[in-house]
Amino acid sequence: MNNILEWISQPWPWYVAGPLIALVMFSMLFFGKSFGLSANLRTMCSILGAGKSCEFFDFDWKTQTWNLVFALGLVLGGLISHLYLGYEPAANISETTITELQALGINNPGETLVPTEIFNWENLLSVQGFIFMVVGGFLVGFGTRYAGGCTSGHAISGLSDLQPASLVAVIGFFIGGLIMTYFILPYLLVM
Amino acid sequence: MKFLRYLLIGAIFGITLAKAEVISWFRIYEMFKFQSFHMYGVIGSAVVVGIIVIQLIKRNNLKSIDGEPINIPPKAFSWARYLIGGTIFGLGWAMTGACPGPMFILVGNGVGVILVVILSAVLGTFVYGKLKDKLPH
Repeated sequence: MNNILEWISQPWPWYVAGPLIALVMFSMLFFGKSFGLSANLRTMCSILGAGKSCEFFDFDWKTQTWNLVFALGLVLGGLISHLYLGYEPAANISETTITELQALGINNPGETLVPTEIFNWENLLSVQGFIFMVVGGFLVGFGTRYAGGCTSGHAISGLSDLQPASLVAVIGFFIGGLIMTYFILPYLLVM
Repeated sequence: MKFLRYLLIGAIFGITLAKAEVISWFRIYEMFKFQSFHMYGVIGSAVVVGIIVIQLIKRNNLKSIDGEPINIPPKAFSWARYLIGGTIFGLGWAMTGACPGPMFILVGNGVGVILVVILSAVLGTFVYGKLKDKLPH
């Protein structure tokens, strides 16, 4: 038992995580649901009353409760790994990445889950913090709904089902991600 | 009670992404810089296993727990919608280092300020809903 716990406490390699993600997708399908998380953002709009002024949010959000519970499960899973499964925020990122981010002013890259000098409550009031958290979040919400899905819906479910639309969406994810990482982040990080 | 299964699968998914470091902002940066195979391994192996699983479902006409045939609704193809929408999401993904799943897992991991990112994502979704009819799809 101790060996199992010790093994679980280590960071999991990609070839364990990938098949498990596919298993999660299959479980959702087996229970008659679809696998995707960005739909919850739309459901939240509906719960907050957006359906009154906009047809897109005018649906019975109670039919989506299962997906909100799934998202709550994600919070729970994060909490469990944080408290009981050898919480090690450090990610074993490459030396190249570490050196590069240090040059951009990030202290201890990979030692925390997020760059804490950017993602913190005080920084929210700065231009940099506002861009990373508020503008960044906005782009995620706007973009996923525009594209009709996020990483789980398109990159995992859609690609697994060999859907051309999802392939185009994933290409878009990378176009945006590469533009941000190569051309915009170098300026935003040193603000 | 029937929702318990979704809570459980969600928790397994949350633990998996946390333990595989997928929720790390640094892993996403590293992925977009092609400086490690890790994220490509995670997504790639999930898709390869996923393709096999879905082929098995289709060839054997597997039914869900309610006895209904399992099917993934096909998405109507268009270039504009997926390319523009996808690119906008990609910009946000690289900036926040989190897609809509990991955002919730980060909150569970105690990164409370991510709640602001989630709220902002809800606002982004709302604005999309408002502008939907004026955008190319």
